[in-house]
Amino acid sequence: MTGVGQRSLWRDAASRLAANRAAMAGLVVVALFAFVAIAAPILAPYDPAAGDTRNHELDPFWGDPAYRSAAFPLGTDQLGRDVLSRLIWSARVSLLIGFVPVSIIVTIGVAVGLVAGYYGRWADLLLMRAVDVIYAFPELLFVIVIVTAARGTWIGELGSGIVLIFVSIATVSWVGMARLVRGQVLALRGLEFIDAARAMGASDRRILVRHVLPNVLAPVIVAVAFGVPGAMLTESALSFLGIGIKPPTPSWGVMINEGFTLAIQSPWPVLMPAVCISVVMLAFTFLGDGLREALDPRA
Amino acid sequence: MTVTARGPVAQGSTASHAPHLLEVTGLTMHFPITQGLVFQRQVGAVRAVDGVDFFVDKGETVGLVGESGCGKSTTGRAILQLYKPTKGAVLFDGTDLTKLGGEAMRKQRRRMQMIFQDPYASLNPRMTVGNIIGEPLEVHELAKGQAKLNRVQELLRVVGLNPYFTNRYPHEFSGGQRQRIGIARSLAVEPDFIVCDEPISALDVSIQAQVINLLEELQSKFNLTYLFIAHDLSVVRHISDRVAVMYLGKIVELADRDELYKRPLHPYSQALLSAVPIPDPAVETKRQRIILTGDVPSPVNPPSGCHFHTRCWKAQAVCSEVDPEFKVHAPRHWAACHFPG
Repeated sequence: MTGVGQRSLWRDAASRLAANRAAMAGLVVVALFAFVAIAAPILAPYDPAAGDTRNHELDPFWGDPAYRSAAFPLGTDQLGRDVLSRLIWSARVSLLIGFVPVSIIVTIGVAVGLVAGYYGRWADLLLMRAVDVIYAFPELLFVIVIVTAARGTWIGELGSGIVLIFVSIATVSWVGMARLVRGQVLALRGLEFIDAARAMGASDRRILVRHVLPNVLAPVIVAVAFGVPGAMLTESALSFLGIGIKPPTPSWGVMINEGFTLAIQSPWPVLMPAVCISVVMLAFTFLGDGLREALDPRA
Repeated sequence: MTVTARGPVAQGSTASHAPHLLEVTGLTMHFPITQGLVFQRQVGAVRAVDGVDFFVDKGETVGLVGESGCGKSTTGRAILQLYKPTKGAVLFDGTDLTKLGGEAMRKQRRRMQMIFQDPYASLNPRMTVGNIIGEPLEVHELAKGQAKLNRVQELLRVVGLNPYFTNRYPHEFSGGQRQRIGIARSLAVEPDFIVCDEPISALDVSIQAQVINLLEELQSKFNLTYLFIAHDLSVVRHISDRVAVMYLGKIVELADRDELYKRPLHPYSQALLSAVPIPDPAVETKRQRIILTGDVPSPVNPPSGCHFHTRCWKAQAVCSEVDPEFKVHAPRHWAACHFPG
């Protein structure tokens, strides 16, 4: 601590994060999840879309010995598709759904929030009224409206409907981020260290990047950590409603949707994607919490 | 208020000595009050600073005193162009700062700095002390890398802190230490002029003296010029060469320190000074206090004529009608009162 080496916010944050067990556990799960998603073609033993009805509704390896098969360790669904392979491929969709819309949300939301909060006046008025309009609609309902309206067009066909889900989630959710950031910036703008930076001759750009942004980052990172699983959940909900990913592309939501009619007789094809969603969401929550603490030098 | 021939600035300029480092004429800072959600219209203004004239010479300390909300901090900030003044001129070494554009003003900022009141809010909690003090060096491209680090360590030494503290965060320091960090930051660019905005008000009494002494020591070492904003009259008396008394957006009296403390002309100054305790029990018991009645009127709607007439025991009809001229009553002693003395 007393040595005169380089010490930065980011390096310090990394070392504090490494000391947080829950956050590291979360990070491991998230990393594992990302690995599974990326390596899905190698890891999955079967084609997730192809089934053999002769093997339908097999139990997982801990189920009834009469209805299980060593070839399908997690069993099969009602069409005889391998549940394990479908879970693995679903991770891919979930990873994309988790990160692509959230990246768009962060980019737009932080930019709008910074500009509105820092420059105020007309910029603030214009941007925030636009935000209010979008914010006025219930989030999931708005997503459903956009998806339903655009489903039949060319954009609905891109990547089995996945691109449309990106666009709809991003369109609806950036406003929350913009509000969050704007509020933070407004609170910061009145602090004397911002005046100090201006008094020393720092440019607006420098003040935004060096002084404002690092101080709004903690809540943004927490919002991201909750936004990623939130987007995954939205996808699951849409797929469950039958307007998300178009079958046969598997996603955890699609699996729940397809399995829930038979959930009483064979609960496993529903329970396993549900467990996957829960575990990944929990991991992100731990990681997000850890990041928030790590980014605060006072902690 | 327009500058009159007898105003302090005009008076100083005609004298034979060197031009002033800072000349403030008719400085006015009104903050608009708006109404309406989308179409905002101005319904009034907070007249925080309402026509202020004074000058500061190189190497001297001018104290600016007044109650909370009288506009003394706003004056300091408007001089440094942290607020865009509504009216008036701020001549710094001959250049009118109010007319400078972004880049030209940024260059001028190297010569003028500010020390802030709240040592907890004035340092970015997510930057190390080294980065905080080094930032002005980066902004003005004065030093980089090892040279910057050396300079930061030198500055820490100058303000009496351990030079190996560069890697620490502000929260690891006490209020007094933080204030020293703020002072080091303001010194980094080797400024000529520093606005000290109540630099010791937020500190423990035991620390206040240390910081005051440091400021005085730095002044003689680097030939600094201070505008020292405070509400503590004994501190101002200690550090200032000249003192300006502000009331409701105007300077009501300006004089050399000893002159002002011995012979205050404006009733408001007299009331303020009568409130200062005297550290001698025998004298203290006999001290006659002038108790002002009522509150400071709102700067949104200041009283007509002399702003002080609503609380003044000398007020007569003329006081509520005519704004008294800020004029010289004795050598280097200005006051704005119809019935001074």
